[in-house]
Order: sequence, then C-alpha cells, then structure tokens
Amino acid sequence: MPAFKRYFRNSSAVMGLVLLVAVVLLALSADFLFPRNPLSLAGRPLQWPMANPRFWLGTDNMGRDIAAQIFYGARISLLIGVVATSLAIAVGILVGAVAGYYGGLVDEVLMRITDAFQTLPNFLLLLLLIAVFGSRIEMVVIAIGVVSWPAPARLTRAEFMTLRNREFVEAARLSGLSDTRLIFGEILPNALPPVIVYASVVMATSILLESSLAFLNLSDPNVPSWGNLVGLGRSVLRSEWYVSAIPGFAILLTVLAVSLVGQGLNDALNPRLDEQ
Amino acid sequence: MSHRLAVEGLSVALPKGADRPLALDNVSLTLGSNEILCLVGESGSGKSTTGRAIMRLLPPSVRIQAGQARLDGQELFSLPEPAMREIRGSRIGMIFQEPMTALNPLRTIGDQIGEVFRVHTKLTRTETAKRVQELLSEVLIPDPVAAAKAFPHELSGGQRQRAMIAMALALEPAVLIADEPTTALDVTTQAQILKLIRDLQKRKGTGVLFITHDFGVVAEIADRVAVMQWGKVVEQGPASEILNNPQHPYTQSLIAAVPPLKPTARPPCDNEVLLRVSGLSKTYGRKTLFGKGRVTHAVRDVSFELRRGATLGIVGESGSGKSTTARCVARLIAADTGSVTLGSEDLLALSARQWRRESQKVQMVFQDPFASLNPRRRVGELVAQGLVARGVDRGKAMDRTRLLFEMVGLDPEAVSRYPHEFSGGQRQRIGLARALAPEPQVLIADEAVSALDVSVQAQVLDLLESLRQRLGLSVLFITHDLRVAAQVTDELIVMKNGEMVEAGRASDILENPRHPYTQMLIGAVPGRNWTPPGHAEAAPQ
Repeated sequence: MPAFKRYFRNSSAVMGLVLLVAVVLLALSADFLFPRNPLSLAGRPLQWPMANPRFWLGTDNMGRDIAAQIFYGARISLLIGVVATSLAIAVGILVGAVAGYYGGLVDEVLMRITDAFQTLPNFLLLLLLIAVFGSRIEMVVIAIGVVSWPAPARLTRAEFMTLRNREFVEAARLSGLSDTRLIFGEILPNALPPVIVYASVVMATSILLESSLAFLNLSDPNVPSWGNLVGLGRSVLRSEWYVSAIPGFAILLTVLAVSLVGQGLNDALNPRLDEQ
Repeated sequence: MSHRLAVEGLSVALPKGADRPLALDNVSLTLGSNEILCLVGESGSGKSTTGRAIMRLLPPSVRIQAGQARLDGQELFSLPEPAMREIRGSRIGMIFQEPMTALNPLRTIGDQIGEVFRVHTKLTRTETAKRVQELLSEVLIPDPVAAAKAFPHELSGGQRQRAMIAMALALEPAVLIADEPTTALDVTTQAQILKLIRDLQKRKGTGVLFITHDFGVVAEIADRVAVMQWGKVVEQGPASEILNNPQHPYTQSLIAAVPPLKPTARPPCDNEVLLRVSGLSKTYGRKTLFGKGRVTHAVRDVSFELRRGATLGIVGESGSGKSTTARCVARLIAADTGSVTLGSEDLLALSARQWRRESQKVQMVFQDPFASLNPRRRVGELVAQGLVARGVDRGKAMDRTRLLFEMVGLDPEAVSRYPHEFSGGQRQRIGLARALAPEPQVLIADEAVSALDVSVQAQVLDLLESLRQRLGLSVLFITHDLRVAAQVTDELIVMKNGEMVEAGRASDILENPRHPYTQMLIGAVPGRNWTPPGHAEAAPQ
C-alpha cells in the first residue's frame, strides 16, 4: 500500500505515532501499575517529585498520587478524544453527505442549522450544554461531540459537491443504484481522506476542550482527568507548580501526537504534495 | 536554409521505477528559420518533454543525460541558469495548451505582456504600453485597448491564446515552441489560431517547433514533420512526404488510424423509430431573492428521432448543449420541458423509482476514461453492480461480467483488478462493458473516444461498430470531431448555443452543408484537404 509506505517515510509522522502509542500504553498499564483508586488519599499532600520513592511524580494538594492520575488520566483523554471525535465525524459526515448530495432545499436547511451551531463560539456552547445537562463524564463527551460536528459537515459537503457530478457517479446512477448506495458506496469512499485527516484536528481540540472545562472546575470531578489535575494545581501554582505542569505536559504531548499523526495522514493521503 | 535550433543526441532520463528508463532516447532535430516543424506523436511519446528539455524546464526528477541543443550556434544545456533565463522569453518563446492556467488570473493581460519588456528590456512605461498595444493588434484581438485592461477570465479561450502568442512573440524570439496550443480550443477557434501562427511566422521569419497529436493540424500547418514514438524520432521529413507517403510502419499505422472526413457509405436505415425526443429544453440559472439572475438556455427545443439499429450523431462545439441533451435523455439531468419516448413509453414521465428499473434500457459511455471509473472499486465490481442492483444473482452477474470483458476485448481474468492498472483505451472498454451489461436498447456515447490517442480511438470505434451490429444497438453518438462523426453516424444533428441548426443524413450534411454554421464547422476541420493515404479511393472533390 503506497499511502502506508509514504506515511512511514515521514519522520515527524512516525514520531507522532510513537507518542500516541505511548499514551495508549499508559492507559492500558494503569490498572497493572496502580491497582489502587487513583483518587484516594495516598500520602502526605504536596510532596515534590522524586522526594519520596513511592510517589515518583509527587502528590497533589489532596495527597493523591500524581503518577497514578497521569496514567488513569490517559484513559479519560483517549476516551474523550475517540468517542467525541467519532460522534462529531459521524454526524458531520451524515449531514454533509446528505446536504452535498441532494443540494437545493435540503442543503439550504441543513446548512442553516450548521450555521446556527457555528455562530456560537464552541466553548460557549459547550459551557451552555454542561450548565443545562450536568457535568457527568458521558455528558461532557457528548457535548464536545455536539459542538464539533459543523466543521466536518462543511468539509464533507464540499467534497460531495465536487464528486456528485463526476462521470463515475453518473454511471453508477445509470446502473440503477439507489441514492443510499450512491452516497455511501460510491461517493463517500472518495470523499473520506480529507475528513479522516480533519478528524485528528477534532480529536486534539476535544482533548483541549475537556481540559479547559476541567480547569474551570466544570468537568466531572469524579474521574481522574488531566484537566482536573491542572485545575487543582491552580491554587498552589506559585509554590508547587509541578501539580499543574506535569498533567499540562501530558496534554501537550498527546495533542502534539494527534496533530502530527493527522499531518502525516494528510501528506500520505495527498500524494501530490510529495512530488517535490 | 540556416539552422536556428539544432538538437543533437538528446537523451533524458526518467526516475527509477518509471515505465521506461529514458523519456527521450537520442533525439536529433533541426529547425531552420522561417519554417514550422511539427513534432507529432501519441501521449507518452516524449514530444512535450522535448520542448521542455530545450527550454530547460523539466521537472527536477527528470534530467538531461546526454546531448546538445544549440540556438544559433550557442549551446544551451551548459549555460548557467541566469543566462538561460535571459534566453527564455527573449530568444525562445513558448505557448502552452491551456492559456487559462498559463496566465496569472489576478493581473491584467496588458500587465502580463508588459512584464516581458520590464524583465528583458529598459523600455519606459509609455513605450511598453505602446508595444503591448502593437502586439495585441498584431495577434488580431478584437478591441486591443480593452483587451490590455482585461483580466484573463474576461476573455474567451481563443482570445487568451492570442494574448499568450503576443506574449511569446513580444521580443521577436528566434524560435517559438508551441505545445499543443490549439488542443483545448474549439475547431473554429483552432482554425483561426493556426492561421495566426502561420501568418506571424511568415512575417517575422520565426522558426516554430509545433507539438501536436493531431495529424489534421499537421496537414494544416507543417513544413516538416518529425514523428515520435516511445521517446525516439522514428521518421522525419517534409510534410507532404510524411503525410502522403510514410515509410516507417509506426507512422503508417498512425496515419491509417486518422479517420477521413469523407463519410463512409452506409446503407440507409429505415427501421422503425425507437427513441423520439421532442421539444426538449433545459435552462440553467435560478431565481434568487434579488430577481432572476443570469439564465442560460443550455438546450432549447431539441427534437430528433433515433431509428432502431441506427447511429445518430450530435455534433457541435463546446457549450452547444450536446452533452446536456444526452444527459437529459438519460435522465442524469432533469429536463425542463419536452418528452423522451422510448418505444411507447415517455421516460421523463416516470417516477424516480420506476426510472431506476427502466434505466437499463438507456446506458451511457462517458468521455473521461479516468473520471468515469470509481478508483476505489475493482473493475469487475463496477460492471456487475448494476446487474446485482437489478436483482441478478451475484455469481451469475460475475459470469456475465467475464463474458462482457471478453466481448470488449479484455482478459476476463482482469475483473479483479483496479481501474488504475488499465490504460485509457482499456478503461473505455470497461466503460463499454458496464454500459452493455444491462442489455440496453439505446447506447449513448458522450465523446467516448475524444480523450483517446488516434490509434486507440480507431480500435474503440471499430469495437463500438461491431458491437452495434452484433447486438442491434441504437446509438446516440455525441462528438465534437466531424471526422469521427463521418465514420460512424447514419444521421447527424448540428447544434449551436443549445439549438439545432441542421439535421439530416450524415453524408448530405457533410457533403452539402446548408446552414452557414455547419459550413463554417466543416471549413474549420484541420487538414480537410488532406485525405490520409490508404483511404485514397475516397479522395475529396
């Protein structure tokens, strides 16, 4: 597969993938390395990293093990990233495909709804949804998905509009295929590459959105998320800065990894770019 | 006659993994002042690469391996890049196939032509403006003052190509390289541009290297001809010699594949009428909140009849509405008014669901061999899926697909390959197999051979003709190429700006055109006075 090969020839894309795999490994090994509940009291609060061999990343201001929270937090970040992104991309593709394929009034209606979502700043809409529906982690994930679908919808729509009158689609239509099969079987596979690439952007922003919520103490306090830890460290930021800095660094690396993978996919799926 | 440009032993290497190691293999050419040398060949023969190699404008992955190019005795390949830049534009001019992409869309025509003077000369601004005006008048652009102020999109394709020629000739170069300069143009515009190049070349004594794939154009313009195949020059000589008495077997086969303009003798077809189209109209442009906007009549009141087993040709230039007519008949575009009656059934009156079932009676072969096959599907799947969608059992559909592949001259085992593994001609065969799969009564061929090289075009036309006879198909054949139309059609419709201007027996129309537009179209066919040898029995007049 040439796209596969092209991806692995790109060193920053490979680095992104390595980082992403590392985050996945963190998430998978959490139970094994830290069998105790990461949110339970573990020792004296605010111990510096390396000061106590039991807590090699130190403890936060509530006496919880930071390392354990980082490992379990990887699960939450990945969960948010994957679920919210799948939701946003699925809704986006559906809306974009239908609008782009049928055009006319259908397109008009769907696109005005999309506009309505896009005119409100993402984060504001997210705050609104959390305020109304509460801040359980499931709700947070769904809310992030709901505020993120308009951009993929527009992207899919644009792809569909250029593809729907291609000769191969006309030929398939003359073969007697139904609209559903034309949309999902003929056009969508050809429209997918840019949408897949954009999914990485959605994933990175989803992780950031959750962290921002947590920083404002608006995310689910009962899960060990990186954002919660950053928010918790805020009160001791000047003396024990590591409480915020360590999870902040984890967020930075994860978002960087996802972005690099996305960039790599973009270059691999658009072979014209590597002709130079 | 002195040589202006001499190319000797030019070899150009392709990157590893290409289909052949050398793009050009030991190419030698000479171009005298005051002559037009046509470099002719099929796609991939290396004719464009030759032009670019002389200009040293090859992509970085391709490099000149051996050889020399001398312009008035000066070696070009060893020149440092700044000196080469001096030569481009001032001593060698170049014009390209698609003037829209060769011009900067954000700057006016006058500005872009003037740039040549700003870069290469020390003329003042007023002198430059004056020269630009002179040039635009020389290339016979209507209203040169307005044209200088116009942006590229405000001019027609022919006018843009005139502007490109003005730019290329601005500094009176010794040599002009023209790379398929008329291929993207309509036939009447092409005739004007060819005449312009010929006139300017005579007046200024420029040597022109004219790259083309079209033997009609060669017959129209060439003094001498060099024929290329797989990166080698296989034959060169005076135009009349090559065209009428080719020696190399490849040249002979190429010229034999050029369809003559003389219509073939076909027995008149008086079967019953199968497809009757009447009063078909289609308008583009829509009403907005702020009034009606611009409305285009793509098809206006078109009526015709197609007899069972006959071939009806629709000819016209781009924008004449011929493709829109075809798509309305196949219901790919919803017509505004009119009826399409097949047998006794009005196809346009059917519901979408009914039409999906009935669409098997009307099938279509498309123009673009690359865009008409879904790149992500196996080709067997593409042919079989219509049958499966109509309820044929999967295994049976695949059996039938293999049979169809054999029928169109492809290996039946190729069904499991992907479209990109096939050449253009093979892809058109796949498209044909797909169209034939549901056993249609009417086959619409929309410019089905226009994108193919001439030898492949001849093969696909032969295949289409033999299948038509074998299967008793009725064919609606859309083309811009009157030579092709002369070979395959029984009856002909000539369209212009969405309207039919003339209809009748193909031989009547081609030999005695009555409408002035038809006369102009036929008059503009390149090389109409040349009949390819081998068709000598059908010599004109």
